[in-house]
Amino acid sequence: MAMNEMMVKLQTLWPEMTLLIGAVACLATGLSGVWWVRKSTAVVAGVAIGVAQLFATGVIGPGLEVASEGDGHPLGLDAAVVYLKVAALAVGLVLLLVAARTPEHLKQVVTAESKAAFEPGDDFRGEFFAFFLFSLTGVLLTAGATDLVWLFLALELTSLPTYILVATGRDKAWAQESAVKYFFLGAMAAAVFLFGFALIYAASGFTTYAGIHAYVVDRAGADGGLPPLMLVGMVLAVVGVGFKIAAVPMHFYTADVYEGAAVPVTAMLAFVPKAAGFAALIGLLSLVGWRYGPDGDRLPLVLEVLIAVMAVATMTVGNVLGLMQSRVKRVLAYSSVAHSGYMLVGLLAGSSVGGGGLGNGVSAIAFYLVAYGLGTIASFAVLGCLHGPEGDEAATYDDLSGLRHRHPFLAGTLLVACLSLLGFPFTVGFIGKINLSAAGFVSGHGLVVIALVLNSAISAAYYLRIGSVCFFGKDYGTTEARYVPVRITGAIIASVMSIGLGLQGGWLESRALEAGVVAERETGSDEEAAQKAAPSAGFGGGVDGGEAVDGESRGVVSAGTLGDP
Amino acid sequence: MDTSFLILVLLTLPVVWAAGLLLPIPGLQRKRYAWAYSAVTSAISLTLAVIVAMNFDWSRPGDMQLSGSIDWIPSMGLSFRYGVDAISLWLILLTAVIMPVVVLSSLIEVNHDMRQFHFWLHILEAALIGTFVAQDIVLFYVCFEFTLIPLYFLIGVFGHKEKLKAARVYFLYAFTGSMLTFAGVLYVGYVGWQQTGMWTFAIADLYDIGRRMSMTEQCLVFAAMLAGFGVKTPLVPFHTWLPLAHTEAPTAGSVDLAGLVLKLGPYGLIRLAIPMLPDAALAFAPWVCVVAVIGIVYAALICRAQKDAKRLVAYSSVSHMGFVALGLFVFDPDGIAATGAVFYMLAHGLATGGLFLCIGMLYDRFHTREFGRVGGTAKFMPVWSFFFMLFVLASVGLPGLNGFPGEFLTLIGAFDSGLWWSKPMAVAGALGVILAAVYLLYMAGRMVWGTPIIPPDHAGYLEGAEHGVDPNHRHDLSWREVTTLVPVAGLCLLLGLLPMPVLRTLEAPVQGLNKPVMGLVEAEEQAAGLAGGDAGTAADAGVVMQDDRSQATGLNGVGVAGPGERSQAIPLRVVVADGVGGEGVDGDE
Repeated sequence: MAMNEMMVKLQTLWPEMTLLIGAVACLATGLSGVWWVRKSTAVVAGVAIGVAQLFATGVIGPGLEVASEGDGHPLGLDAAVVYLKVAALAVGLVLLLVAARTPEHLKQVVTAESKAAFEPGDDFRGEFFAFFLFSLTGVLLTAGATDLVWLFLALELTSLPTYILVATGRDKAWAQESAVKYFFLGAMAAAVFLFGFALIYAASGFTTYAGIHAYVVDRAGADGGLPPLMLVGMVLAVVGVGFKIAAVPMHFYTADVYEGAAVPVTAMLAFVPKAAGFAALIGLLSLVGWRYGPDGDRLPLVLEVLIAVMAVATMTVGNVLGLMQSRVKRVLAYSSVAHSGYMLVGLLAGSSVGGGGLGNGVSAIAFYLVAYGLGTIASFAVLGCLHGPEGDEAATYDDLSGLRHRHPFLAGTLLVACLSLLGFPFTVGFIGKINLSAAGFVSGHGLVVIALVLNSAISAAYYLRIGSVCFFGKDYGTTEARYVPVRITGAIIASVMSIGLGLQGGWLESRALEAGVVAERETGSDEEAAQKAAPSAGFGGGVDGGEAVDGESRGVVSAGTLGDP
Repeated sequence: MDTSFLILVLLTLPVVWAAGLLLPIPGLQRKRYAWAYSAVTSAISLTLAVIVAMNFDWSRPGDMQLSGSIDWIPSMGLSFRYGVDAISLWLILLTAVIMPVVVLSSLIEVNHDMRQFHFWLHILEAALIGTFVAQDIVLFYVCFEFTLIPLYFLIGVFGHKEKLKAARVYFLYAFTGSMLTFAGVLYVGYVGWQQTGMWTFAIADLYDIGRRMSMTEQCLVFAAMLAGFGVKTPLVPFHTWLPLAHTEAPTAGSVDLAGLVLKLGPYGLIRLAIPMLPDAALAFAPWVCVVAVIGIVYAALICRAQKDAKRLVAYSSVSHMGFVALGLFVFDPDGIAATGAVFYMLAHGLATGGLFLCIGMLYDRFHTREFGRVGGTAKFMPVWSFFFMLFVLASVGLPGLNGFPGEFLTLIGAFDSGLWWSKPMAVAGALGVILAAVYLLYMAGRMVWGTPIIPPDHAGYLEGAEHGVDPNHRHDLSWREVTTLVPVAGLCLLLGLLPMPVLRTLEAPVQGLNKPVMGLVEAEEQAAGLAGGDAGTAADAGVVMQDDRSQATGLNGVGVAGPGERSQAIPLRVVVADGVGGEGVDGDE
């Protein structure tokens, strides 16, 4: 029995396992003495992501929905989990294109383009891609987490490699400075949410989602309120995970770290930890659920206020500070803060209302994560293609000035990316903003939606400034393009998809809407479920919790369609 | 035969033309080839617009015709619904007429990035047509908003000295306003979802949903819509982007802005805000009218202080668009003012467009347009002076030219409105007509009459020397420029002398869109009649005035045959729930 469950569980982890195998393979090929094998490390990483994607979409292997043949996600988030995994892998592949030549370029700088003989100790190509894949694995594991311990480990697996990538991705002292700053603040944030997890455990007696959820349902049924310990734990967990998505008050590192890292690494920082953070937040908030308030469709008041305040503060701080920057990388860093604020609006609505339709917060986040990922990756990729006279990165608005004259394609790509991030019609960002605003209205937070649209207007000022200097500015000739074919390919794919999904977003939208569907698992008796869950507490056996309701589990049929061509 | 596909062709054709400019054909980079390409293609678009107009059943101008729907993102309730009534169709025709004109006019001024220039012109045309045909509110919003991008580039790349600032200020102003509109639009959709459990963004459905909303909700959504449409119109004090954008834009951009893009604001108000939120529209009406009248007078006074002819015309747009806003919100019983306002939108597009074209031609020659640096043009540029005076007089509102019927009907309607505050507004508005004569004739005096002041020729003009119409005057218009101006001038004259065909077709749709508000006004008046004793005499007076007017202008007397008849009946409270958009459906049956 246990063995069988283990097998079912493992089947859902095929993508993660593939990525780990790929990471190990990257370490091996990166250290190979043969030139072309070393050279192919990026390809190995790409193949690993591709194969993982095939597993995730169910083209090969059993597909991720096998879990629902057992018990599925204890909170019914099966569809969201599948979506997040597939989306993270898809965007991850574009990110890999952008990042592929980073170590090579770095090596060129280090060895001053000399034809030095290969020295294993001198080469870090393998590590770069291995860490990249580890981090991506972390996102997938975070999405699929059903236990707080698992969640913590998965979040740290996402973050730890990024600290190293920041430090080693660029041959500059301030890269190390950024990495140290990022690491210490990250460790502090980890302490905060770990403390939150501990309090949740203290309050409920479980670390499994199933157990905590059963406890919460039980308490909600009893007197309609959660004990303060539980709420404090949730608040700390949300605030701590806020570090991953760079939400206020955990946003302080963003600009410095993003600026210090190499551009492709920055692109990764802007997407990968954020995807993990939102996956974690969706899971955590689903624990207490959207079933409080007068209409039974709200979060507990404390959390609702917390998230509404965080959302408004994050988008405002991000946009206002973005407006004040003169270095484009910092502008984009703060813009990524602002986008986290927008996405937090989706958490207000959550999954309980508007299930399967516009206005569902989880689908809004799911959609916007892709929209934001494409826009931000394209813009960073363009920055990564430019460098100043001494080989340093294009940094200021002046460096971009008149880009249209020399590199019309780069300028056009950057403009499309900025318009998509701005949420301009005919880009995917616009449809994303419709989703988020609808979710905001549905959750009854009209004022937060007003804050969202006004913030979009503020953000127009700096996105437009980027577009303006590229297209209307005088050509100072301070930057040159470093045409890295794969990176440009990544940028073009991202920007073309930004427009394509904006014109015909129905495909992604219906998948995102499916992701918002919560598979209903009516617990026949809460106590029973809690008892069932009890033995497995702390052993990662979260799937046990819903066993009592096996018959009622609807699963998510639609999730399987993700892989269909 | 179902001819609704014509609308789709009309909409996609400019995009196809624009895409054609992206083809790697080396010839297109040459100035004249790109220009000729664009002139021919925009003329084809105009032909198609005329074909669409011929397929429109003008006997029922208030119904949505040639309508259809294509799925866009069905899971969000978004679809590509389109259709035209007479208001949309006239604005589309205006767009299609102005486009070849601005292309013709651009030959000297635009001398770099030819492809880009014509590309954005075509895209702008597509976005404008899209806005006018949209019957889905998100589609409307998308096209409405998208007009920013082509103009942003037209101003930013091809503009004058302060082009960068102008482009950004314009974009930020319009974007900020329309983001609020976006929130308002979504909110109506959300209310619909609350009521029915379905997301819909079809304008016809949203009319019903909007009317059922509470007063507070209506007012909030109306304020949000006013933010977007008011900035575009522009209403004082949100007009400050306009002088900058108009002055710094190239001639083509100014003509498009003044002639077409400004119309999006009032169009949004009459198509969306007023029928969807009648209670709020009535509540806001006095305030909008006050703002409009302040705009009329204030902008007129600013005009008088200008030295730059283009800035003067730009500010005159603010003043003139105040008339449109006034006309839309006085709610007189027969919709005379609103019909006049919509007519004035067309008239203003032609007259102000013509003025910008003339000033652009002057600027091509001398690179100045300031009073005192160029003057007495009647002596050395007689043909130019003729056209310029014609457009000035059209703008002033001289009877017989197109400005007159619109202004006149707007003011008549304002006097006639049953709302107590409308008469002072009409008086103040009429003051604006006088002020317009003052500043426009002052400009004409400084530019056209007096001793000639001939500035040195600009190098670009000498390079592109063309055959003049008049061999005795070197600076005078070339045949190309005359060809540019003749259609605009001809239409000014035509609309001035024969406004009735247009007015008659505008009347039914305007009355249809105003029906819900008129129902409220009616109810209010009845309530007042029950309460006060003077109502009887007031009603009598109204009837007398109405009769007078129908004889004077023939507006009511002619009427519309067939299905249009019902829109003549002054609606009662009962028909409020009857959606205007529903008429399109009825009409098709």
